[in-house]
Amino acid sequence: MDVELKVNGETRKLDVFSMARLLDVLREQLLLTGTKEGCGEGECGACTVILDGRIVNSCLVPVAQVNGSEITTIEGVARNDQLHAVQQSFIEHGGAQCGICTPGMVLAAVDLLQRNPQPTEDDIRNGLAGNLCRCTGYMKIFESVVRAYQK
Amino acid sequence: MANNHPIGKSFPRKEGRKKVTGQALYVDDLSFPDMLHGVTVRSPAARGRIKNISFEGDIPWDEFTIVTTKDIPGANHVALILTDQPFLAADFVNHPEEPVLLLAHRDKYLLEEARRNVAIEIEELRAIFSLEDSLAKKEIIWGEDNVFKKFLVDKGNVDDAWSTADFIVEGEYETGAQEQLYIENNGAIAIANPSEGVTVWGSMQCPYYVHKALVKLFGLPEEKIRIIQTETGGGFGGKEEYPSLIAGHAALLAWKSGKPVKIIYDRAEDMVATTKRHPSRTHHKTAVTKDGKLLAMEIDFRIDGGAYCTLSPVVLSRGTIHAAGPYSCPNVRIHSRAVATNVPPHGAFRGFGAPQSIFALERHMDKVAHAVGLSPEEFRRRNFIHEGQTTATSQVIRERVDMDQLLTRALQLSEYHSKREQFARDNTAPNGRFSKKRGIGFATFMHGAGFTGSGEVFLQSIVSAEATAEGKVRVLAASTEIGQGTNTIFSQIAAETLGLDFDSIEIVQPDTGLVPNSGPTVASRTSMVVGKLVESAVMGLKQTLIGSGLLSPEYSESDFKKACAEYLTKFGSLKTSSTYQPPPNVHWDDEKYQGDAYGAYAWAVYVAEVSFDELTYEARVEDFVALQEVGRVLNPVLAAGQIEGGVAQAIGFTLFENVVWKDGRMANNQMTNYIIPTPADIPPIRVYFEENPYAYGPGGAKGIGELPMDGAAPAILNAIENATGISFNHVPLMPEDTLIYADSFTDRRDGR
Repeated sequence: MDVELKVNGETRKLDVFSMARLLDVLREQLLLTGTKEGCGEGECGACTVILDGRIVNSCLVPVAQVNGSEITTIEGVARNDQLHAVQQSFIEHGGAQCGICTPGMVLAAVDLLQRNPQPTEDDIRNGLAGNLCRCTGYMKIFESVVRAYQK
Repeated sequence: MANNHPIGKSFPRKEGRKKVTGQALYVDDLSFPDMLHGVTVRSPAARGRIKNISFEGDIPWDEFTIVTTKDIPGANHVALILTDQPFLAADFVNHPEEPVLLLAHRDKYLLEEARRNVAIEIEELRAIFSLEDSLAKKEIIWGEDNVFKKFLVDKGNVDDAWSTADFIVEGEYETGAQEQLYIENNGAIAIANPSEGVTVWGSMQCPYYVHKALVKLFGLPEEKIRIIQTETGGGFGGKEEYPSLIAGHAALLAWKSGKPVKIIYDRAEDMVATTKRHPSRTHHKTAVTKDGKLLAMEIDFRIDGGAYCTLSPVVLSRGTIHAAGPYSCPNVRIHSRAVATNVPPHGAFRGFGAPQSIFALERHMDKVAHAVGLSPEEFRRRNFIHEGQTTATSQVIRERVDMDQLLTRALQLSEYHSKREQFARDNTAPNGRFSKKRGIGFATFMHGAGFTGSGEVFLQSIVSAEATAEGKVRVLAASTEIGQGTNTIFSQIAAETLGLDFDSIEIVQPDTGLVPNSGPTVASRTSMVVGKLVESAVMGLKQTLIGSGLLSPEYSESDFKKACAEYLTKFGSLKTSSTYQPPPNVHWDDEKYQGDAYGAYAWAVYVAEVSFDELTYEARVEDFVALQEVGRVLNPVLAAGQIEGGVAQAIGFTLFENVVWKDGRMANNQMTNYIIPTPADIPPIRVYFEENPYAYGPGGAKGIGELPMDGAAPAILNAIENATGISFNHVPLMPEDTLIYADSFTDRRDGR
């Protein structure tokens, strides 16, 4: 089937398998490999993207359902060479280790700060609760988010 | 000399920008023209003889590349310690999900359909699923007695001590399997043909382990096998030995099809088929005087190795050596065994046997203290090891060690004493039918860095360094960046040694075609052991430049760049290498298992504060203090990140992560029902360091990566005992485990 998506500000017309997951369309057809697959069942959040202003697990989204939608992936977070404050903060404060959860974690943090520019620690914990990280123990991720909004 | 001192500063992660922008390329992000996808068809049974394999269903089988044992050009075993594990089961299977044959096809959806239509008929034989049944030899499933390896550490004379003891205290402790659960699943891509040989890209910790295994699998000369590590999304030991298997499988399919082949496990396959932490049982029998001095420790340590030997002997070794901990005891006997069961082989996981034996020890120390009538703190203080005293392997501690001071500081930081008093009051106050009990507990421990005993000498690790015409320095090592900071730490060490800018250092991506073998990325050895080789290799560059007369001993960054350019113009290239040399006076007896087990130890005290909900039976960690002495801290942010991540993983090991076994197979092989801690579950983890530079580590550093896995489990269970008065002696401790103690709560509430 044909779909039209606005991905990172660019309109893309695609011929897709109607049951394809949004995750696979992004990675395999649009070659946006920054979106990762961790579990394939919506538990880990590595495949997080922003869909029409809300974060979703792209492994659980059939592409047929999102025709006409606007999507931001990790590749669309920085403006040209200018990193988003959250990205800069993850680099400076140790928010990324192996990096595999980082794209999803950054998008979840960007989404959180858009909805709640000055989150409490509980807000941050709950805001990121759908994203799992096995490296950091989350402390430096929380710190990165706090430092990002303080900027 | 340029005034650059990067060591001790929190340089941001070298590859950080790539990772936060999604540009870092992991194996599944790579693709090659004409590439096929590959899958593994696995054994449906735990143990038995393969009777027949049939290809069924409405599948165009002639379009598929099918690899069986007949297609293996070399030896059908994964070369590691022994040669018992095949790449593909030939006529016998020894565990559920054992690889039997391989399929490849361009269409990965059709491939999945095909995998389900291969029927493997097995004549099942009696299987062994528990440590106890294996030791009882209910069935002999491996060798003559099911035992992969045993050790005996014998110091002093334990037998004579029992009669002089005032107290003899015994205890039995148990730990479960744990999944590494790196967020990036295992995967590999191979290109293989007789003219060019075999090239594999993959997610891995140890490129030269894979190299060694594939040399044997294909029977090719070493230079015909090339292994390239792609960005690796976490390892924790789970990508130490297993990648040899998946790389071999991808390469066999590529060899037969003549096309690039990619195998990426999905989460369910990764969890059900790959390695986990060895389950363990430990029995302690301890003789102690009435004033609380240890007289003798007899420890029986057993681990479940699964169906093949893999790394179990070395896991057993580390667990054995750490079993008696940071205490001075004149008589110690540790008897240990790694045994076979018909479950997928257990393997490397951060801590490598030490978290298992330290869990037992630190729970037992609280029990002994109670028996003697001393506080857990006072009992440990009377037995801590000091400089000049000996460990269980009779290693004389030559570094300054002050566990007393570490304990004092950790208890202050956690407000241990005041909280213990407050909780004792609050827990007994009448406050309704159900309440939350609070408790606080701690563990004191050590962790040896680097390979055990003479291991580093046998490894003979090499690091090279080369200068470019632009005056940059490239570090060549097989040590992988898996999130722990190899790229950043190596850059800091090289920049410090040469007095250059951090950005003047480049770390070459591990590729066995380009880098020397600096050994595996395991055992907390990358900073301490390989980092020291980085230091000496780049020092060689500087000495060569000075020796050539192109650089004066006092130089600036621009002098160095100019000298490199001139040297390369004159001589063509500038490359130096450094090979491992052991520190002086290190002796190890592999027969008696006595001597200097490790070059250096990190020392630590971890304190956990918990709540225990009498309504839901849930234990929750509310606060955590991790204090450790790790030599010099090379990069405070990265170091704290290692500790926080390790503690979080250990909290998972203690209270969350329960592998449910059914006939030797993991039944809950999904993230939905194997639960790791989320951002909402982890308490504040407060990390503190003491610095005591180690003479033979780069910039004074010791190993750090595995240490934080060791202490949390016993600290948390000690705290739960403090909260509830009940002694739990196994992990994971799930709410349903504590439920069986409901009666005892009722009894206490009723004053019975």
